[in-house]
Amino acid sequence: MKELVWLVPLFPLIGFLIIGLFKNNFSKKLAGTIASGAILASFTVSLGIFIELLSGAEKTFTYTLFDWITSGDFSVAIAFLVDPLSSIMLLIITGVGFLIHLYSIGYMHDDEGYAKFFSYLNLFVFFMLLLVLGNNYLLMFAGWEGVGLASYLLIGFWFKNQSYNDAAKKAFIVNRIGDLGFVLGIILIFITFGSINYADVFGSAMSHPSNEPVIVLITLLLFVGAMGKSAQIPLYTWLPDAMAGPTPVSALIHAATMVTAGVYMIARSNVLYSLSPTTLTIVAIVGAVTAVFAATIGILQNDIKKVLAYSTVSQLGYMFLAMGVGAFTGGIFHLATHAFFKALLFLGAGSVIHAMGGEQDIRKMGGLKKYLPITYMTFLIGTIAISGIPPFSGFFSKDEILAHAFAANPLLWILGIAGSIMTAFYMFRLFYLTFSGTFRGTEHQKHHLHESPSTMTIPLIVLAVLAALAGFIGVPEVLGGSHLLEHFLDPVFEDSKLILFTNHLSHSTEYMLMGTAVGILILVILFARNKYFTNNEIPKSDEDKKSVFANLVYNKYYVDEIYDAIIVKPLDFLSGVFFKFFELKGIDSIVNSTGKLVIGLSDTFRRLQTGHVGFYIFMMVISIVAILFFNLI
Amino acid sequence: MNALQSVPLNHYILLSAMLFAIGVIGVLVRRNAIIIFMCIELMLNAVNLLMVAFSAHHGDGSGQVFVFFIMAVAAAEVAVGLAILIMIHRNSKTTDIDFLNKLKF
Repeated sequence: MKELVWLVPLFPLIGFLIIGLFKNNFSKKLAGTIASGAILASFTVSLGIFIELLSGAEKTFTYTLFDWITSGDFSVAIAFLVDPLSSIMLLIITGVGFLIHLYSIGYMHDDEGYAKFFSYLNLFVFFMLLLVLGNNYLLMFAGWEGVGLASYLLIGFWFKNQSYNDAAKKAFIVNRIGDLGFVLGIILIFITFGSINYADVFGSAMSHPSNEPVIVLITLLLFVGAMGKSAQIPLYTWLPDAMAGPTPVSALIHAATMVTAGVYMIARSNVLYSLSPTTLTIVAIVGAVTAVFAATIGILQNDIKKVLAYSTVSQLGYMFLAMGVGAFTGGIFHLATHAFFKALLFLGAGSVIHAMGGEQDIRKMGGLKKYLPITYMTFLIGTIAISGIPPFSGFFSKDEILAHAFAANPLLWILGIAGSIMTAFYMFRLFYLTFSGTFRGTEHQKHHLHESPSTMTIPLIVLAVLAALAGFIGVPEVLGGSHLLEHFLDPVFEDSKLILFTNHLSHSTEYMLMGTAVGILILVILFARNKYFTNNEIPKSDEDKKSVFANLVYNKYYVDEIYDAIIVKPLDFLSGVFFKFFELKGIDSIVNSTGKLVIGLSDTFRRLQTGHVGFYIFMMVISIVAILFFNLI
Repeated sequence: MNALQSVPLNHYILLSAMLFAIGVIGVLVRRNAIIIFMCIELMLNAVNLLMVAFSAHHGDGSGQVFVFFIMAVAAAEVAVGLAILIMIHRNSKTTDIDFLNKLKF
C-alpha cells in the first residue's frame, strides 16, 4: 500500500481538473459526488498506508516520483515521505476533508457557484496533501503556497461582496509576510546543510552543537512562516476575517487543516528546533500568549463564527506552546483532536446559520435546541471536548500540553490554564446563547427553522463520535493508558528526545495538575451556565455603553486599527510619495519625452515626402551618384 | 576585321556616356511621364551598347548574353509601365508628373 502513496494527492487533483474544466456540463449532484468520491478514495489509500505502518516494521518510506529541479549541487525531487507523522496528517486531511465535502453537498445546495466550490475544495486538499507528503522543504513550500491560494479563492468565494474580497486579500497579504520568512529559512537551510531534503538536513544537523546561531536563525525564520500560516501573534489578524468564506471552508481550511500547517512544519523540523532551545522558548511564549490573548477576545464576540475563529487562534496557540516545550507528540495530538472538535463546531455553526437563513449573531438566536436536536447534541459534545472535560478528546490533548508546560515553566502552565478557563467560558456562553432560552430572531426566521438534511447531520455525528473518543489514542500513563499515539510517533521524534532535555513530572504532580484544571473548568462552566442559562443574560447590543475594558476587548484590542495606523497607512503614504515623484515626475517624464522626441523628429522629416514624382526621381539620381561616388573612392 | 571592330573602344564609351547623360537629364527635366519613360529606355540602351562594345573588345560573348537578358526584361518592364501610364491617363486625364503628387504623408 505504501507504494500507492502517489495516489493520495492524485485523486483530488483529478477531481479538481474534471470539475474545474467541465463544471458547466455537470449537474450539481455529479460535481459534489466526484469531489467527495475523490477525497474518499484518497482516504481509503491513506487508511491502508496507516494500517501498514501500524503493523509493519518499516516506519519511514520515501516514494520518488521524478526529479523536479536539478541545478549544480541543488536537486529536488517530487518525492513523498511516508512516516507516522505524515500518515496521521493524511488521515486527518482526507478523513475530515471527506466529511466536510459531504457536508458541503447539503450546505451549498442552492449556491450558484456549486461546482466551482467543489473544484476549489479539491484543489485545496491536493495542495494540503502535497504539503504534508513532501520529503523536502521546497515541496512543502509549494503545498504551503498552494493552500494559501486555495484559501484566498475560498475566502473570497462570494466575490460580489467587497468586504469578503478584502478579507481574502488580507489573508493572502498577511500570509505573504510569513512566507518571506519561510523562504529565507529554506535558503539558509540549503546554504548551511547543502540540501533541503528532510533526511539529509536532519542527519547533518545532528552533528551541530546546540544553540548554534545559524540554526537559531533558521528555526526563527521558519517560525515566522508558521506564525503567518497558523495565525499566531502578531500575524493572526487574517484568520478572524477569513470567516467571510462559506462555513465548510472555515471548518476545513481555517480550523482543521491549513492553519495547522505551521504546527506540522515545526513538528517535521523537530530536530532543528530541539537544537535551538532559544527558538523553542520564543515559540512557547508566542504560543501561550496567543492562546490567552485570542481567548480574551473570544469572550465578548457575538458572531458565532468569530467566536470559533478566535477559539481556533487560541487553540493553535496551545499547539505552539506544546512545540515550544518540546511536547511534539502533545502538539500533534492536540492538532488531531482539535481538527475533530473544531471541524465539528464549525459545521454545527454552519448548520445553525443554515437554519437561521444566514444569521450569524448569537444575540438573535436562542432556543434552537428543540428545532435542531442533532446539531444541538453534536455541538454540545464539541463544546465539552474543546473545554477539556474528561473523558472527551480535548481533555487528554490539552492536559498533555499543560503537563509539559508545567514541567518546562510553571508560568507557561498558568497562562495555559488561564486560556483554557476562558475557552470553557466563551464556548459555553456561545452554546447557551445559541441553543437554550427563547428564540430571539424574527417570526419569519422562526417559521423557517429546520434541522439540516442528512448529508449535513451525518458528518456532524461522525465528527461528534471522533471528538468524544479520539482522546483515547493518547491516554497518558498516569491514567493507566499507554499513549498509543506517542509510541506510533516515536520514530519521528526519537532524535529530538536524544537532544532535548525535558523534565518529568511525578505522578502525584500530574494528578494535582489535572485535578486543579478540571475543578476550575467545572466551576467556570457552572458560572457560564448560571449567567447565560439560568439568568438568561443576553450580550448588550452595539449601541449600549460598555465599560472601557469591555469596549477594548469587544473591539479586539483595536489591533486591526493599530496595524492600519502603523503599517498600512505609512505604506500607503509612502506609495503615494513614490507615485507622485518617482512615477509621475521621473519614469513617466522619461518615457513621455522619448515619445515626444520621436514625434517631433518625424514631423520634421515627413516634409521630405513631398509627393512630387519629379523630386523623388531627382533624389534617386542624386543618391545613386552619391553611392557610386563613395564606392569609387 | 569588319568595319565595326575597327572603331576604337573610346568612341563607344563616349557615345554610351552621352546617351546615358541625355537619358538622365531627360528624366530629370521633362514632366511628361511617357518622355521620362523613353529616357529610362535610353539609359538602358546606353548600358547595352557599352556592354556589347566591351564584349567585342575582350572577345568574350557573355556580355552579349547579358544584353539579351536586359532587353527581355526591359520589354516586360515597358509593358507594365505603359499599362500603368494608360491607367493613370484614364483616371486623371494627364500624364504630367507634377499632378501626380498624392503619394505623401
